[in-house]
Amino acid sequence: MIVALSIFLITVGSIAFHFWSPWWWTEVASNWGNMDDTIILTFWITGVVFVAICFFVAYCVWKFSYNKDRRAEYKPEDKKLESRLTWATAIGVAALLAPGLVVWNQYVTVPDNAYKVEVFAYQWGWKYRLPGDDNILGKTDIKYINDDNPFGLILEDPNGKDDLLVDAQELHLLLDRPVKFELRTIDVLHNFYVPQFRGKMDMVPGIVTYYWLTPTRTGDFEVLCAEYCGSGHYAMRGRVIVDEEKDYKKWEANQITFEKMLAKNKKNDNLQLVKKDKLTIKKQKNVR
Amino acid sequence: MSDEYEHKLEAKSDYATDASSVSSPDLDAVPEAELPDQELYHSHSWWTTYVFSQDAKYIGIQYALTAVGTGLLGLVLSWLMRIQLAFPGLGWLDPAAYYQFVTMHGMIMVVYLLTALFLGGFGNLLIPLMCGARDMAFPYVNMLSYWAFVVAVVVLLASFFVPGGPTGAGWTLYPPQAITAGTPGSDMGIILMLVSLILFVAGFTMGGLNYIITVLQLRARGMTLMRLPLTIWGIFTATVLAMFAFPALLVGCLMMTLDSLLGTSFFMPAMVSLGETLTHEGGSPILFQHLFWFFGHPEVYIVALPAFGIVSDLLSVHSRKTIFGYRMMVWAIVGIGALSFFVWAHHMYVSGMNPWFGFFFATTTLIIAVPTAIKVYNWILTLWRGNIQLSLPMLFSLGFIVTFLNGGLTGLFLGNVTVDVPLSDTYFVVAHFHMVMGIAPILVIFGAIYHWYPLITGRMMNETLGKIHFWFTFIGSYAIYFPMHYQGFVGVPRRYFEIYDSPYIDTSTLLLNKFITIAVLIVGAAQLLFLYNLITSARLGKKSEKNPWKACSLEWQTPQMPPEHGNWGKELPKVYRWPYDFSVPGAKEDYIPQNQPPSEIIGAKVEKT
Repeated sequence: MIVALSIFLITVGSIAFHFWSPWWWTEVASNWGNMDDTIILTFWITGVVFVAICFFVAYCVWKFSYNKDRRAEYKPEDKKLESRLTWATAIGVAALLAPGLVVWNQYVTVPDNAYKVEVFAYQWGWKYRLPGDDNILGKTDIKYINDDNPFGLILEDPNGKDDLLVDAQELHLLLDRPVKFELRTIDVLHNFYVPQFRGKMDMVPGIVTYYWLTPTRTGDFEVLCAEYCGSGHYAMRGRVIVDEEKDYKKWEANQITFEKMLAKNKKNDNLQLVKKDKLTIKKQKNVR
Repeated sequence: MSDEYEHKLEAKSDYATDASSVSSPDLDAVPEAELPDQELYHSHSWWTTYVFSQDAKYIGIQYALTAVGTGLLGLVLSWLMRIQLAFPGLGWLDPAAYYQFVTMHGMIMVVYLLTALFLGGFGNLLIPLMCGARDMAFPYVNMLSYWAFVVAVVVLLASFFVPGGPTGAGWTLYPPQAITAGTPGSDMGIILMLVSLILFVAGFTMGGLNYIITVLQLRARGMTLMRLPLTIWGIFTATVLAMFAFPALLVGCLMMTLDSLLGTSFFMPAMVSLGETLTHEGGSPILFQHLFWFFGHPEVYIVALPAFGIVSDLLSVHSRKTIFGYRMMVWAIVGIGALSFFVWAHHMYVSGMNPWFGFFFATTTLIIAVPTAIKVYNWILTLWRGNIQLSLPMLFSLGFIVTFLNGGLTGLFLGNVTVDVPLSDTYFVVAHFHMVMGIAPILVIFGAIYHWYPLITGRMMNETLGKIHFWFTFIGSYAIYFPMHYQGFVGVPRRYFEIYDSPYIDTSTLLLNKFITIAVLIVGAAQLLFLYNLITSARLGKKSEKNPWKACSLEWQTPQMPPEHGNWGKELPKVYRWPYDFSVPGAKEDYIPQNQPPSEIIGAKVEKT
């Protein structure tokens, strides 16, 4: 009796916790609200199964508790019942899977008009690079990273000259403009994660990974690293601020291009030196 | 399979009828033994009996005790971690220590506790007894297997005492961070971890070959594969999985050892480490993840399948009812085992692998839910119209059903690629895998220990202490992991030493952290009660009857209880039926042991043999 009641109460308690506990997801701030929808759908389907099975177990424990004068039913198999249950499960699983795959297709298909932003991760912090007027991110290589060229841009690539370098743990995004994050790390694995955006992807040294989203509300959001990256993992935080157009332009105007930064550092002679080493550069281009 | 066998049986008995006029032995005919009886090694001294033992029963207990001892360390580590998470102000740990404890806790629990206990412990104890063999096929190799495991554990623990301490790379050991300077224990610690795993795999392979060959070759006369208890099916299939999965881990470990010691670049691309350019170039960190999860996902089932098998037996015995749908149960175990090799990359949806893989792996992952669901249905249908004894093994089995159901269903969240994106790397994942491969299998382990304890010691464990232990463990662990899922929804990332004032995490989430930690301490303390019961009952427990649960399977039918060296006295048992003949109409008792000849139960209307 106590056992049956406990299983019953655990089930009811779980439902109550689900609906009335204060812990729920943050308000979505990107177009990936449909991920939330797939979660809700999954909750309903799995929730019904959970409740049904737990109640069934509680009922059995209560109804068929031991009595030495009674014998259990002798029924090794019931092919019909087993095949019905199998099909019902298969249908339930398909109902979960299909919408999931549709949304995944959107997630991995980046719209052509997406604005490209490089997210640059290191132990333990974030930097960002915007493509500048030409809308193209210049090529980079890890070998060129030094104090004067913190992003390791390949100096020969003209597309990199106007890239805006944001070395400030803080990124601004324009409201309602699709953005493709090109994710790059110079050391270990990281993951660029803003809970309100829902999206997520690991950053892997040696390759550039990506995901995309459209910010749908303005605000100030925290960036967290979501892939374990060593002792400082928990402190690898940053900020993303979603702006209306006016504020965004103001922020953008304050960012410095790569060319200007080089000039400022008065290291243009370095540039000449590197140019001589064309062979290496050619090789490196393919890597990116 | 059983049908085929029945044909042969009929043919044989026809022949027998022609040859002789005695009728009752025909009914009881079993095929002749194909192999001569096993020659056994007999120990001569205390050392060869209890230490370097070649008797599978002793090896099983040695494995179990070593695994549990290591697991207790894992439990203490979890306390330390949880205290840090709930009370960061105490300054209890520094980040390096926290990550080292996380790593060691994870690896110890998954490999050195669960794998070793289910396969090394229960495998050794139960395979020969349940199959009706005298011992494992290769007792000497079996002994080596255990001692290799001991060495692996010693190497693992040694890493606590080397400069830099044990590795803090997370139990997944992802390179490059596992072997670069930003991670604690990236010199000696990680090397010892890798060496320990290599030793574990080597030792396990010796044991695993034994389990497989014993099940295939040394079954008693009449024990067809389709008459094996589901426990054996679970352990057998899990061992086959391990044989295919562990090599992937082994090569991954070897390659990473080379990367670290010799400067090769299997997994190491060109990179900068804390401002310094390393000499590696061209390696692929994702390659390691593929190798790791090609081992890691089957590993989940290496732990789960023995639990599935054991819980099926416990449910059947303690509800006095045949297991429902035995054939489907067997095929579900085999099917889950096979499918488990095609789902590994669902751990890597957001790893940066080609995102198009997501379609394939989400589909295979959700397909595996079907045979798993069948198993759950058959367990609960076994309860239906049963005669349910609320003994300790039954209580733990019921606890297993609830927690496994919960953890299995949250697997449908994470397996479905889109749903996984917001939830991966959060506490939802932590809650899910602890529920499904931590709590659920451990509840089965407890149930199994209460069930088979008399077989080992000849005494029963204390029931009252056991019940207190059950309620604290079951309710307590549910209270830990159920709310934890909701931290994941909030977006609290896992492997965070401290969640300080994040604007999106309000204080109530931290409050929840405190609640969970207190529950962890209580549940952990309840395990001390279990240990006390385990130790004292060996001397003080009530003497057990010969077959205390009135079970049908062979391990309870040995001439002596607990079984002696060689298990079966002079003659090996003959098997006439499957191990689930409970409550057969027309039979005198409510159970018919597997070795009871048909001539002794003439009136019983047995449907399946």
